[in-house]
Formats: sequence, C-alpha cells, structure tokens
Amino acid sequence: MSSDQDHLQQTDTEERFDFKKDSKAAYAAEKGLTEETIHAISDDKDEPDWMRERRLRALKQFQAMPMPTDWPGQPDLSEMNINEIVPYIRPDIETRGGVDDWTDLPDDIKDTFDKLGIPEAEKNALSGVGAQYESEVVYQNMRERWEDKGVVFMNMDQAVQEHPELVKEHFMTDCVPPSDNKFAALHGAIWSGGSFVYVPEDVTVDMPVQAYFRMNSEGMGQFEHTLIIAEPGSEVHYIEGCSAPKYSAFNLHSGGVEVYVGENAHVQYSTVQNWSKNTYNLNTKRALVEQEGRMEWISGSMGSKATMLYPSTVLKGRGASDNHITIAFAGEGQDIDTGAKVYHNAPETKSTIESKSISKDGGRTNYRGLVHIADGAENSSTAVECDALMFDNESTSDTMPYMEINESKVDVAHEATVGKIGDEDIFYLQTRGLDDDDAKQMIVSGFIEPITEELPIEYAVELNRLVELEMEGSLG
Amino acid sequence: MATLEINNLHAEVAENGERILRGVDLEVNSGEIHALMGPNGSGKSTTAKVIAGHPAYEVTDGEIVLHLDEEDVEDVDADEDEMAWDLLDLEPNERAALGIFLAFQYPAEIEGVTMTNFLRQALNAKLEEREELFEDEDEADAEEDEDEGYETSPMEGPADDGEIGVAEFQQILSEKMELLDMDESFAQRYLNAGFSGGEKKQNEVLQAAILEPSIAVLDEIDSGLDIDRLNDVAQGIERLRDEQGTGVLQITHYQRILDYVEPDRVHVMLDGEVVMEGDAELAETLEEKGYDWVREQVYETA
Repeated sequence: MSSDQDHLQQTDTEERFDFKKDSKAAYAAEKGLTEETIHAISDDKDEPDWMRERRLRALKQFQAMPMPTDWPGQPDLSEMNINEIVPYIRPDIETRGGVDDWTDLPDDIKDTFDKLGIPEAEKNALSGVGAQYESEVVYQNMRERWEDKGVVFMNMDQAVQEHPELVKEHFMTDCVPPSDNKFAALHGAIWSGGSFVYVPEDVTVDMPVQAYFRMNSEGMGQFEHTLIIAEPGSEVHYIEGCSAPKYSAFNLHSGGVEVYVGENAHVQYSTVQNWSKNTYNLNTKRALVEQEGRMEWISGSMGSKATMLYPSTVLKGRGASDNHITIAFAGEGQDIDTGAKVYHNAPETKSTIESKSISKDGGRTNYRGLVHIADGAENSSTAVECDALMFDNESTSDTMPYMEINESKVDVAHEATVGKIGDEDIFYLQTRGLDDDDAKQMIVSGFIEPITEELPIEYAVELNRLVELEMEGSLG
Repeated sequence: MATLEINNLHAEVAENGERILRGVDLEVNSGEIHALMGPNGSGKSTTAKVIAGHPAYEVTDGEIVLHLDEEDVEDVDADEDEMAWDLLDLEPNERAALGIFLAFQYPAEIEGVTMTNFLRQALNAKLEEREELFEDEDEADAEEDEDEGYETSPMEGPADDGEIGVAEFQQILSEKMELLDMDESFAQRYLNAGFSGGEKKQNEVLQAAILEPSIAVLDEIDSGLDIDRLNDVAQGIERLRDEQGTGVLQITHYQRILDYVEPDRVHVMLDGEVVMEGDAELAETLEEKGYDWVREQVYETA
C-alpha cells in the first residue's frame, strides 16, 4: 500500500468518526452499557416486563463473559471498545434508522449507493420519511397476501407486542440462548428491530419473504433479531438485507437469527450483506431442525473490518438435512472469518457445506467449520467443500474444517482447494477482447457461480455487482 | 485487406532473460493461409504469444505492425493515421479488438462461466474496444464523464448489456455452431471445463468464427486431435478464410493438418528465426527430409 493510500485510508476513518461525533453528540451523556441503558431501551419500546427481564439477564451474562481471544487465528477484536460503541445505540432507537439526512452520509457510502443504482426512493428511505411510506405500502400488500394463509411477517419489536406467546417461547430460549457466546449475550441485552416470520402448518409461502425494504427506515439498528418459525410441513424462503449496503454509524453489528424448522418443513435463509469497512460483524445464527425438516443457509459476506459468522444447524430429528452455501470476500485490511456448524444429533441426517472465499490486496479469509456427528446418529452423511481464490501473494486464506465424528456408520467427505487467480487464464480471456479487470471479474463470477445460481436472479445480479465493485476497489 | 507484418522481432522470457526470438521476419495477409513450422523449441509458440501480447515475454527489438485498409474499418470512424497499428504498444485485448486472434495450444478452463455468456461478453467487449481505439480524444473524454455510476438499479439486471443482446447473440452462436457441426449443448457448458482435447480445439475455432478476426494465429490446433476431429477443425479453418477472409498463421510440427488445409506459404523456424520460406511443397519436403535437412541447408548457406 502506498503512502498516498495510507493517507486516504486515515482521512476516511477520520471523516466517519467526525460524522459520528457531529450527529450523535446530543447523546454523549450515556457512556457505557449499564442497566439504565437497558431500561431506556425497554421504556422506549414500551416492552412487557418479561422481555425487559430477559434483557437484564442477558446483560449480566454479557458482563460476566470474557472476550473470545483464544480461537486459533481469530480476527483481532482488541481495538473494539464496547463502551465506545454502546452510547450510539440510543440515538439509533430514537431516530429509528441511524441517519436523519441523506446528505449526512459520508461520501463513500453515498457513492456506493449511486454505483449500486439504489433508486432515489430508497435514498429517501434512508433519510427516513418519503420511502418509509413507500416501504409501508409494499409491506402492506405482501402482508395481506400472507395473512390469508395465516402467515405472520412483521417487525420483531411489533411481534413482542402482538404475538407474545410465540415470542416468549422461541426468543433466545432453545435456539440461541444469551449464554451461547459473549456477543449473543450482548445481542440479547440490546437487540432492536429485525423480522419475525411465522408460517403455519402445511403452508407454503411461494415467494421469498424479503426484509430488505425495512432495514433503512424502521430502526433495525445494528442488533437486529430475526426469528423464523416454520411449523410442520411448511415452507418459506427468507431473504435479508440485500441491496443497500447497510451503513453503520457505529462499528459493531451483532445480529441474531433463530430458525425453528418443524417436521417436514423447509426453510431457506439467504442474505447478501455488505458492511462499511469500519464494522465488526459478529453474529450468531442458528437453526433447529426436526424430523425430515430441511434448512438451507445461503450467505454472501461482503465488507466489514472483521467478520465472525458461522451459521449453525442442529439436526434434531431423524432424516433432517442441512445445506450451507457461503461466500466471503476480503479486500485490503479485512479479516473475514466465516464458516458453518452442523450438529448431527439424530440418525439419517445429512449436511452439505460449500464455502467459497476470495481474498485480494492483503485481505484474509478463513473458513472455520465444525461438523459434529453424535454417537447414535447412524447412517448420517456430511460433505464439506471449501474453495479459496486469491488475487495476489499478499492475500491469505486458511481452512479450519473441524470434524467430530462419534459414530462409525457415517459417510464423511471433505475437499478443499486454495488457488491463486491464474495469469494464463487472464491472458486467455484478454486475447478474446476482455480487458484485465473484466477478465478477473469473469473468473470471479464463475468461481462464485454455484452460489449465485441458488439466489433469485435479482440478488444474484446484486451479488455479482457487489463483487465487481469490491474488485474495482470502489466500495468505501 | 489486413496485413500482419513482423520485422526483426527479438524477445526473451521476462523472468530470466532467456532469449527465445532472435529476429523473426514474417508477413501474413488476410485471406491467406500460412504455416509456421519448426522443431520443438524453435520459437513458434513464443512468436504466437508475443503477437497476442503475452506478459511473460519481453520484446527487446523489432516490431509487429498491423496494417488495415478501408474494408477492415468499415464499422468505425477511422482516420487516415489509424490504418497501421504498432501492436507492441497495445494491450492484449486492444490487439484482439483490432482483429488479432490467438488459438491456444492449451486453452484455459474457466469454471462457472458458460460458453454463451463468455462469448457474448467477449464479442461486446471487442466491439466496444474498437470504438474506443478509433474514436477521437475529445469523444473519449466526453464518454468518460458519462461513465460514472450505474444508470439502472442492479435489481433490473446489468446496466450495460452491450451492443449485442442475448437474443441476437443466441442467433449468431447457433449459426456458427451449426456451420462447425458442433453440438448445441456446448453453448451451456462452462468454458473449456471438462472439455476433451478435441472439443477444446474445436471451441477455439468456434471462438474465431464468432470474433471474426483479420488474422488468426493457431498454435498447434492439430495436436491431440483424432482424424475425424482434425477434419472438422480443418474445415473450420478453411471457412474462416473463405467466409470471413481471415488470414491464418498456423503453427504446427507436422505436415498432417496441411494435407487438409493447403497453405499458401510455409515458413520454417530454427533457433528463434525464420530461416526458410516457400509454398506448400516446402512442407512436403520437410516431411520427407526432416528439420536436420533445414539445419544443413541453413548452415551451408551461412
């Protein structure tokens, strides 16, 4: 990296910092994460006491747990100061969206929106008013269609009020309890926004449920919680957070996703996320799958300073199955640590994990995965494939596929490839008329094709576009 | 008519300075078929790669010039001083845009990219690059200003779909594939991935048929082909010349393919130079007497 770029990088960070300082100064009084913070959040949301109690319990757990520092090769979290981050939560709740005015956004983020071609209406959504209306319209239309079938799709905060029994039973109880890890506990204490999806028995929601339109304006914040309950025999495809690269004024995103897949139910959770590069992206996502149920995770992880994300599936019932498809892209200064966890706790369970990563300009990607096959989970099978593509010798890619196999009658397959983008391949494409950048982009789009072909076309296009922008180095 | 003119070309391996080409002279006109023959290590493939602009080689002396005439630039707005191009100043894709094509001895395999997508993107890139090469500087500046950002939402598909749309391209592709007697399923396969040796070579000819180059350099297009496939490929090459007026520089060890595609000229390389030239008969003589004979002849005259 040249000193010029160094300078730019610093300026960039500074601008962001200034931006945060300027627009959030009114709330500077609230430093640190305390019980008062929790009460303020709960008051603001007018929450029932049981949710307030859960938040407070989660806070205690968060405070008691140490920062994870002993994972081999884990991203460096030492620069992250939770007390610095937390004061920014209040304004998020107050303003329901983080940024009041489009013009307050840093230039690089605005550029990104422009380059992505986010329509004017959505730019307005980010600033709060106009498109919030737009989003409401879309939301209403979709909701009516689903309501006829008994499907519920609403903001998580709203669900706490309107579906307390379902939420009480499923919210951070069996699936992702706050005790799971320090950031799950933090999430449990200060979560805000997110989606609640409920699909009744034998109902198939035949179009993807998309949460993209709400994230800008409805205060999903950076600690959004998604709870999906798919009753036996039901089917739903949930897509989250795609088009708009979420801009985070603060620099910690710690989301939570819980999925309950009933007997014979099928849930697909797809997400293409792009975080600003000062963000620590530390999430906990988990699915519990009953007999013959099927869970699919499809995720594209772009942006962030450091990401730690390992969507996890617990195959509880006989014949349950899981499919993970993940793609990660790490550019300069980024450490993207992603993977998958699958617990085979019943016989005849099946999992397939396909992970693709791309690293460039000194970025680092790591596949960190765990497949656990319990004693007695006979006739289960798992296949893990990790492929890494590096652009240059400065970039790195690691693979840590842990396997804990406690049952002998199982079928286990693992494959890993690590390669550098080939000069001969680039030259070949150049001789056909593509310039250097287009040639590389073509190779990368081919590399991630197994992922994009799983996505609805507009998201596939979106993912390709994001990758193109990353490769041009034009995302901030 | 286009002419590829190579004068006194010297080139070495960029990494270690090993000298490979020591003064190659060669001239190929469009509409002609030339054979470039010679023993292993004589510099044939290097010549091909240097023509196309391979970054692994450094040219230390000489020039490669592509001369164009009115016919070659009908589709663009070419000035008089834009009728001759020094290829060594240009990127590989710019050379491709001007009408140079290289068929690889070992074509790259690109997973996840279908033949259709690849070829359409390549064709559009070529057309776009042509316009850029021939447009005036102030036009170029104006265009650059317009180039900022995407005009449409990514949710509505790629903003810049290129000059040739999907439907139109399908048409072109089917026609060319039928001409070359290729199976339709080719179009949806990933570029060369898992192709047999013969399929790869046939694919190189197909690409030339789509991109319609002025000069096609075919690097051992005949290696690894069985007799049926050799016949297909040979017919494809003749069509390139007869129907598109492509000039072909065919690099080969053996006389074999020349039985199918009769060359107008034969050039023989030895130790990084073209040492002998003649008509189709020269290839037959070579087949009979071998490259040692060439060596003897060259030494005698030297």
